[in-house]
Amino acid sequence: MQFSTYAKTLAAALSVVVIAGCSSGGGTQEGTDGGMSSGQQGTATTGGATGYGNGSGAGNAGAQNEIPSVRTIYFDFDHDTIRPEFESVLNQHAAYLQSHPDAHVVLQGHTDPQGTREYNLGLGERRANSVRQYLAVQGVNGSQVEVVSYGEERPASTGNSQEAYAQDRRVVFDY
Amino acid sequence: MRRLAAFTGLFLMLAISAVARADLDIQITRGSNDAIPIAVTSFNANGQQVPQNVSDIITNDLRNSGKFAPLSSSNLIATPAPGDQIDYAAWQNTRASYLVDGRVESTGNGYKIVYELHDVFGNKREISANVTGSEAQLRQSAHYVADQIFEKITGIRGAFRTKIAYVISTGVDPNMSFSLYVADQDGYNPRRVLSSNEPILSPAWSPDGSKLAYVSFEGKRPSIYVQQLATGNRIKLTSFKGINGAPAWSPDGRKLAMSLSKGGSPDIYVMDLGSRQLSQLTHGSSINTEPNYAPDGASLIYTSDQSGQPQIYRYNFGSGQSQRVTFTNRYNAAGHFAPDGSAIFFVTRTSQGFQAAKQDLASGRLTVLSKTRFDEAPTVAPNGTMVVYATEKGGRGILGATSADGRASFEIPVPDGNVQEPSWSPFTK
Repeated sequence: MQFSTYAKTLAAALSVVVIAGCSSGGGTQEGTDGGMSSGQQGTATTGGATGYGNGSGAGNAGAQNEIPSVRTIYFDFDHDTIRPEFESVLNQHAAYLQSHPDAHVVLQGHTDPQGTREYNLGLGERRANSVRQYLAVQGVNGSQVEVVSYGEERPASTGNSQEAYAQDRRVVFDY
Repeated sequence: MRRLAAFTGLFLMLAISAVARADLDIQITRGSNDAIPIAVTSFNANGQQVPQNVSDIITNDLRNSGKFAPLSSSNLIATPAPGDQIDYAAWQNTRASYLVDGRVESTGNGYKIVYELHDVFGNKREISANVTGSEAQLRQSAHYVADQIFEKITGIRGAFRTKIAYVISTGVDPNMSFSLYVADQDGYNPRRVLSSNEPILSPAWSPDGSKLAYVSFEGKRPSIYVQQLATGNRIKLTSFKGINGAPAWSPDGRKLAMSLSKGGSPDIYVMDLGSRQLSQLTHGSSINTEPNYAPDGASLIYTSDQSGQPQIYRYNFGSGQSQRVTFTNRYNAAGHFAPDGSAIFFVTRTSQGFQAAKQDLASGRLTVLSKTRFDEAPTVAPNGTMVVYATEKGGRGILGATSADGRASFEIPVPDGNVQEPSWSPFTK
């Protein structure tokens, strides 16, 4: 079960950030992957897809005073890429963590039960790392986030249906 | 693999009652065509009540090895006792190649099994012996008899007194229970050695059979522990950031290979147990896990998805280089060496699902051993004759077993719950 690397996603996300930045700022020409210094872009701009700003609660997400209620996101078979419909969930967690520097979250990575247990620990870790890196791009301090992979050890469902497997492939925010 | 969840709240009660349950049945799912016909008589006890059916224990051991086809009791023409004159010509008519007869005698504080092995077509007595033990040891005494018969006829050391460790889980997240058990190789006498609300996985026997290394998530982070089975004493060996997984003993018992992701992704490391020094064998961003030492200790195999899919690789300690070993099928993982080092057993993904497979290392030929959809974690008997794997039946995890040539298979009874991660012990004593 091969997951595409997060790097591709990150590069794609950053391109969006750059394009968005270019159109609003108007100061640079078309952004290319090659032109990006990822570290600076990652910390300077958050949420390319939604476009809200970084820093002291500016932007449409605002300061998040409550721990976001949606704490589980799901993944496609064989993938560790963030599905677009879950980006808003991650953005809320990013905003909460940034406005609560003392908050700490464990990202639990889970897989479906197909394949061997130890290998699935590796796959679950890739999923949780994918979320961790997304949060980092939003500006979340890495010391607030920890990854623990459970692999297939803590299934969310029973049975061998594709629907059950889809419930199992998840990352849980455990505050 | 998924197992149907049992009743979490009742787990403790169920587990205890399952342990106490005495009517565990071994289900034969497939027989072997080339098995040697053997007659095992009833081992009567002169009318005394004996707490174990010694004849059944011996018969099951021999049948499950795949190398013997015990005659059904209705085909036994007589019930000779040790010392009796045997009518070999009459037994030859039953087509049995061998005859085992015996009796069980009470010794006051235990039992003595007196037994004989006859070569029916050779017209001669091959073994005449006895074994004595306490009542609690009666099953082990019967397994001892099976070991002697097996070795005399096949020339292969019997492994009927070995153990199997496995994990039973119940429930779904967040309400789960996990228990680590050690049972006789035929599934009897399951003993719980660890319980937790957090995952337990990858039990691995030390080469002397006295300790288990395993991964436990107690404390909500994975750590590798080493537990003494006789005392229950244990140490936490590793708790690095990230994955602490897949412990595997070196043949001399002085090192433990493992998979750690402290460097960013899972890689194979070896820890010297005396100095606790770590050396890193693999590098890169792929998943590298499930190490298993070759019997000579000069190499180990492991799973890596560096090619895009998990495949088995072999790391040579002399050269420091790895070479890919599996090429048939797109998913091959969790490899274990055969005790003689000539083959590896592992999980392969076929069009039917995940199955236990064997690959001969000289020829590279892969043989699929199991027949069902969710077979994993194959573990080999220390004499190389049998393989046990986790599988599923009726929505519940069970242990399947097969002869190493794939010709005979059966199921091993386990306590209620979803059984996973079987690990066959080495020979002890």
